[in-house]
Amino acid sequence: MSHHDHHEAAHELSWIQKYVFSVDHKVIGIQYTITALIFLFFGFCLMMMMRWQLAFPGEPLPVIGNLFSDSTMPGGVMLPDFYNSLGAMHGTIMVFLGVVPLSVGGFGNYLVPLQIGAPDMAFPKLNAASYWSYFIGGVTMLSSFFVPGGAANSGWTSYPPLADIATTGQTIWLFGMVALITSSLLGSVNFIVTVVQLRAKGLSFFRMPFFVWAQFVTSFLLLLAFPPLEAAGVMQLMDRLAGTSFFLPTGLAISGTPMAVSGGGSPILWQHLFWFLAHPEVYVLILPAFGLVTEIIVTNVRRPLYSYRTMIYSVIFLGFTSFIVWAHHMFMTGMGTTISNFFQTTTMIISIPSVILLTVLLLTLWGGSIRYTVPMYFALAFLPMFAIGGLTGLPLGLTASDIHLHDTYYVIGHFHYVVAPGTLFALFGGIYHWYPKVTGRMMNRALGKIHFWISFIAINGIFMPMFIQGIAGVSRRLAIPNIYEHAQAVQGTNVFMSCSAWLLGIAQFIFIYNFFMSLKTGEKVTSDNPWDATTLEWLAPTPPPHGNFSKEPHVYRGPYEYSVPGEKQDFSPQFVA
Amino acid sequence: MEPITYGWGLPPNLSVHGPAIDHLIIVIHWFMAALFVGWGAFFIYCLIRFRKRPGHSAVYESTHSKLPKLLEVGVALFEVFLLVGLSYPIWSKYKNQPPAEDQAVSVRVVAQQFAWNIHYPGQDGKFGKSDPKMISGGNPLGLDLNDPAARDDIVTINQLHVPVHKPVIVHISSSDVIHGFNIPVMRVKQDAIPGMSIPVWFEATQTGQFDIACAQLCGNGHSMMRGYLTVDTPEAFNAWVADQEQQLQPPPIAPAPAAPAPVTPGSEG
Repeated sequence: MSHHDHHEAAHELSWIQKYVFSVDHKVIGIQYTITALIFLFFGFCLMMMMRWQLAFPGEPLPVIGNLFSDSTMPGGVMLPDFYNSLGAMHGTIMVFLGVVPLSVGGFGNYLVPLQIGAPDMAFPKLNAASYWSYFIGGVTMLSSFFVPGGAANSGWTSYPPLADIATTGQTIWLFGMVALITSSLLGSVNFIVTVVQLRAKGLSFFRMPFFVWAQFVTSFLLLLAFPPLEAAGVMQLMDRLAGTSFFLPTGLAISGTPMAVSGGGSPILWQHLFWFLAHPEVYVLILPAFGLVTEIIVTNVRRPLYSYRTMIYSVIFLGFTSFIVWAHHMFMTGMGTTISNFFQTTTMIISIPSVILLTVLLLTLWGGSIRYTVPMYFALAFLPMFAIGGLTGLPLGLTASDIHLHDTYYVIGHFHYVVAPGTLFALFGGIYHWYPKVTGRMMNRALGKIHFWISFIAINGIFMPMFIQGIAGVSRRLAIPNIYEHAQAVQGTNVFMSCSAWLLGIAQFIFIYNFFMSLKTGEKVTSDNPWDATTLEWLAPTPPPHGNFSKEPHVYRGPYEYSVPGEKQDFSPQFVA
Repeated sequence: MEPITYGWGLPPNLSVHGPAIDHLIIVIHWFMAALFVGWGAFFIYCLIRFRKRPGHSAVYESTHSKLPKLLEVGVALFEVFLLVGLSYPIWSKYKNQPPAEDQAVSVRVVAQQFAWNIHYPGQDGKFGKSDPKMISGGNPLGLDLNDPAARDDIVTINQLHVPVHKPVIVHISSSDVIHGFNIPVMRVKQDAIPGMSIPVWFEATQTGQFDIACAQLCGNGHSMMRGYLTVDTPEAFNAWVADQEQQLQPPPIAPAPAAPAPVTPGSEG
């Protein structure tokens, strides 16, 4: 202890070293969290603008419409190219700059070393490099709004040849992606080494909190799935800048003019490389959220998980299987029945461990004594909404029903239920749950509950009608939503969805206010373990200092020993002998 | 011609293969609803019964009943049924059993930003050669008019005419970016991919005019890439074909293809 203090005093850190170019996993975690929250809100703002165009096509956007340039919104009316830019950037920002950085970079960085009893990540400087690479990727992406032709407008999927012939924004998008992928790769290596090497004494793999397991599996997904996309991104850059035709077949003609490229490439190759990343990416989005929800639910149910080992095996199995389902995104590319039958089969198989994870959490409630804290509201709401997201994957995963539903709003509803009402709710729950550890103060409960209820109602108001539109056959990514007769029949739902989206946007100001005001006025916590929880992060002082623990922690039992018969308290922490 | 109406729910289905797809969609949704209601009821029951209150405490041991495992196996078995009993056969029957070419109407559809070029082989039943180098404003397919097989070919823009109760084979391609050939009422959807020609087929059960939609983001005109499918009686279809043939110009002397300014990647816009 005293030696440690000496060490600290010898290297008095400047403010910039401490809070900006820090190598402390907690500071980096907070940097990731704040940056990602800003990007999430920005990405949501893009969508709120698109929702105006979808609800009232061709009408000028009130109030802020006139602030935009004539090349994007002349007279406040959104041009299709700008709509497409907003759509592509909404997807990119939410996935690569919002949810993943928040769940892996933010929560993963902050919590994993604490939960395994480590003083920091294994490679602190690599950790800082990962954040700054992410930051550069983010700034690069944002800068693309200001180049001629605007930001990337070929969808977050960037299918060539459309992306190959798109405006300069696409080139910037690719550079941004390369930086973001680099960030994820640096982070994932760090997590794997940290979890393998730096666990506290007594913390065997099967005593690790489920959140650590989820991050561990997630890191392998990032490490193995991102390199193909990085390669594909560089190939698309070459197509755009160096005249190659990796993704361009022979004989292309744009606007009646033959393209001067050698050809011989394949647009389908991009899709394979992209989805080889992007399907595991779905599990990168969902597994850390599952981890957060598990921690919150167990803490507030006051009893152990129904079956801890089943969850671990399921999450490992999910990780492996997520690498062999990617082509279910491509059933309409004309693949043969053998291949498509393989992929629809693996898709049904991967639904089994997901159902098991959900079932174990549901069964954990049985016999509990449920404390309805604000984080518990969010964690509980995650369960049915993730279930909707998972279940609606079934008709998309079966080739025959996919014929009608492919590329419709049904798809949008499906994956948003997984990542928006699903993952985002888990992340909100996580913020409310760990806020007292990070700041030493509680967030306001009443505001938290108001934030929850409005968000819960509004978010379902946005995404539930998407299934109606999808069943009606409405294509996704339509800048003018009501050209077709079958779309006109459901145009009314667009108005309802847009109003829900704006309501959801307003509700977030309650959260933002609560988040900042609680720093000053929140109720101070009187204990390092305000939730009476069992895992190691609650042993650390509040807020945890550099190096995390006052003395080296030792682990004596599994992570979720609540209400052990014969014990005085209803929780038996891992760190108490 | 009975008028059709669109509303909430599946659009009307007017193809022979479509009912099987609709059936599968409906079966899955009942399965989803059953699971969701079952889980939801259990969930809400737990939230109420196991709430924290004075005199109530949590139980350490899990109640181990066989029910969850049985349910899990039940879900897995039902998914096997969805796959083996419904999806494999419907998909395989549809994809692996194309109608005989001589009993079907064959047509090529070449998508471009932002229109559907419809190409009929004409009386000889052979599609004329096309060459991307010959693509021009008046010849969007790059049809080589020196090829005898091309001279009787009919090319329309956005107008696909087919006879009712007769199989139609559509060979789908694209000349620029990826589009998605989608006729909702026929339950037909197929990506139009440049460099590939992919056949799909359907048989219409009712006459009328219906939308062809684009399902895949293809640029700023994606939402306006509307085509029309006209399903005619056989007589009306033949009359339409005859009318189109009359409009065919005598084959011009092929002009030397002008060398247009080539488009390079990244230069558009």
